[in-house]
Amino acid sequence: MYRETDIIQTIPGTDEMVINVGPQHPSTHGVLHLVLTINGEIVKKVEPHIGYIHRSIEKMCESLTYRQFIYSTSRMDYLAAHTNNHACAMCVEQGMGIEVPLRAQYIRVLMDELTRIASHCLWWGSIAMDCGAVTPFFLAFREREMINTIMEETCGARLTMNYNVPGGVMADIHPTFQQSVKDFVRHFRSKIDEYDELVTGNIIFQSRLKGVGKLSKEDAISYGCTGPTARASGVSCDVRKHFPYEIYNQIDFKEITHTAGDSYARYLMRLAEMRESMNIIEQLIDNIPEGDYLAKTKAVLKLPKGEFYSRVETPRGELGVYIVSEGGTTPYRIKFRSPGFSNLSALDHMTRGHKIGDLVAIMGTLDLVIPDIDR
Amino acid sequence: MFSLEDITQSVHNWLYETMHPTLALMVEFAIIGVLVIALFAFLGLVLVMMERKVSSWMQLRLGPNRIGPWGWFQTVADTVKLIVKEGMTPNNVDRLLFNLAPILVIIVSMVIMAPIMFAKGFQIWDINIGVLFVSAVSSLSIIGILMAGWASNNKYSLLGAMRSGAQIVSYELSAGLSMLTIVVLTGSLKMSDIIQAQETGWWLFKGHIPAIIAFVIFIIAATAETNRAPFDLAEAESELTAGFHTEYSGMKFALFFLAEYVNIFVVCAIGATLFLGGWMPFHVGNWEQFNHIMDYIPTSIWFFGKTFFLIFVIMWFRWTFPRLRIDQLLNLEWKYLLPISIFNILLVTVIALAGWHF
Amino acid sequence: MNLKQYFADIFNGVKSLATGMKVTGGYFLRHHKEKITEQYPDNRDTLVLAERFRGEVVMLHDENNEHACTGCTACELACPNGTIKIITKFDISPEGKKKKAVDTFIYHLELCTMCNLCVEACPTGAISMANTFEHSVFDRSTLTKQLNKPGSKIRAGVE
Repeated sequence: MYRETDIIQTIPGTDEMVINVGPQHPSTHGVLHLVLTINGEIVKKVEPHIGYIHRSIEKMCESLTYRQFIYSTSRMDYLAAHTNNHACAMCVEQGMGIEVPLRAQYIRVLMDELTRIASHCLWWGSIAMDCGAVTPFFLAFREREMINTIMEETCGARLTMNYNVPGGVMADIHPTFQQSVKDFVRHFRSKIDEYDELVTGNIIFQSRLKGVGKLSKEDAISYGCTGPTARASGVSCDVRKHFPYEIYNQIDFKEITHTAGDSYARYLMRLAEMRESMNIIEQLIDNIPEGDYLAKTKAVLKLPKGEFYSRVETPRGELGVYIVSEGGTTPYRIKFRSPGFSNLSALDHMTRGHKIGDLVAIMGTLDLVIPDIDR
Repeated sequence: MFSLEDITQSVHNWLYETMHPTLALMVEFAIIGVLVIALFAFLGLVLVMMERKVSSWMQLRLGPNRIGPWGWFQTVADTVKLIVKEGMTPNNVDRLLFNLAPILVIIVSMVIMAPIMFAKGFQIWDINIGVLFVSAVSSLSIIGILMAGWASNNKYSLLGAMRSGAQIVSYELSAGLSMLTIVVLTGSLKMSDIIQAQETGWWLFKGHIPAIIAFVIFIIAATAETNRAPFDLAEAESELTAGFHTEYSGMKFALFFLAEYVNIFVVCAIGATLFLGGWMPFHVGNWEQFNHIMDYIPTSIWFFGKTFFLIFVIMWFRWTFPRLRIDQLLNLEWKYLLPISIFNILLVTVIALAGWHF
Repeated sequence: MNLKQYFADIFNGVKSLATGMKVTGGYFLRHHKEKITEQYPDNRDTLVLAERFRGEVVMLHDENNEHACTGCTACELACPNGTIKIITKFDISPEGKKKKAVDTFIYHLELCTMCNLCVEACPTGAISMANTFEHSVFDRSTLTKQLNKPGSKIRAGVE
């Protein structure tokens, strides 16, 4: 019997119905709102609606000085606050022509890589949880907790570190920093094999991800995907390799790429990145040079009139910071090019024709952080 | 020695001596009803607690530890909360079906209790088609789930219910066929006969390879039939929020929740009865001394021990594996479990006819 | 799909599942030493926080109830959220000179994001970050604090 109040209605003339995933939904990891058009289990169309957590950080930054605005970017991609701050600090340094001391560069890179591992740890737990396995989430948090403790010791906060300032870092590393990082790397090397045993090798997990959500190299480029999402499709786009910042050009590390472009490739991509990050950390941790951790800067920073752009490789891809300066103490305009936004735009293309369960897995492998998309 | 059989027998005799047989039967019905509901409450409390402890221990957590010693009264508190909570009926749902669905589900799981033998001579109804009865009645719970999913007037619920329908209908087959393996070996559908046949050894060990294959298939199918992870597509919390019971709250939700746990208990009890000898103690060939010691353990302990072991295995699955996708779920059944079950039942028929089993 | 492949698939699948179960089963058996939960309100006495942990801004007073704040408002300017408000007064020094000094150092904890910029900006090291982190209260107005203690004055020699 048809009633006006029936929610379960198909789109007239088709067998398709519209279903809202989010803004409150366990698998969107935040307040992303997807409007799905489905035919039974098959996803026909995905329409992301964003803006639920828009805080206009870019506009806010226009009223903050060049020292102050950095802190607010911690709230964008909160899983990689350090890399966000890093990009902003770098952009200001570029504009001012500040030379960052070598010690500060080492510390920044170390922190970036630790952040990358921490972010990927959380991602690993959440992709497993999206696929229905809950235990990996807790295992991942054990490792993440160790990194957070290291961060807390040195930076003073666990999530929104605000450790980068124009000219270097806010404080010198804690005396126990090197030892605890080495302990962590040793611990994590053994645990990441356990990750493989529990999740990577699992036949159910593999069949959930393999061949699902294919993104070809051309599509990845045309959607502007960056980071592990694009590299899994064979696009070599690691900012650390192509536009080396800080001391990345002196470090021996591989840019990992896969060619399959499916969810499993993106999964393997991130696991391999964690291992590569550990290699980078091991190269640097014993060789931190002595010296200043902060360059001498003026009390009031004024960028010269002009436009400045800097980019870093965050765990999710390329984060660009674009500052237009009119020569004052505050930026005239700031634009953040966040990786999540571009990666999300490929979701519709990747998901069409797959099942609802695949949508969740694909979203998981894209590693979306909603505040990063909305800013 | 303490024996549940003696107690029930004396109660039975006393009732029939003191009153009219019809009245005595009515009183027995009432006693059984109360006992089943008490068992439900007990299972709900114990199994939820066990699930939470097992999961927490696998996940480096402590689990519930605030209420009572080691948190053992947590589930009691939860139950009280669920009872006093408002049983909300959303607007525009199909009220009759919406309210009927949880009751139907719980009644089905109550009815399957009938042929289960909890200890030696302690059984509600030793029906001569016991295995068939279980297999038939357990299929009914899908009606309750479909009803809940449809009546909720919610797309997530509908998707969950439809998934559940496809799933349970498929997995009924291999569950039935693996039960049939033991029926072929025993030659009877009656629970007491099946247990009696395992006096010299459990079918899992006596029945050669076919019994082991059937056991594995049964455990997989049982997990699927009870909608547990990795087959929890009907709930699929990361995909469908809560699947068919999205719109339920309070005691109506609790009934679904309880039915899930009771269903686990029931399928594990059937598994223990068919493959692990029910209440039969563990005997090894002619080790007289050993067998004698084993006999001293009450039969109810044996039964519940085996059942809870199987429940633990199913919980172990849940906290280890990711969820399957709906097409993979059906693939697993139709491409792997069902052909193997059919082949297995042919094999076991040959073995039974040739008398190769012990 | 040939038959050999079919059974190889089953075997590998079951093996991978068993590997996963070995991991969780191992944690189940070793749970008493693997668990990482900290029972927070219970372990309050033994809780060790990193010394640099940023909990709230405090003003350092010595035993004579003297602080190092000159009332220069560098922190107020550095703060991105308007958390700090300094009300200054003019002290009359013994020589009869007027000298700017802090009257009330108002700190809005409810606005603070613990970014540490005020501490960095302070030229005299008068304020620092404390380790306290249990800030929840029932009345929001109690979060607005006066950091300089009543009757405190600036330490001699701090300019």
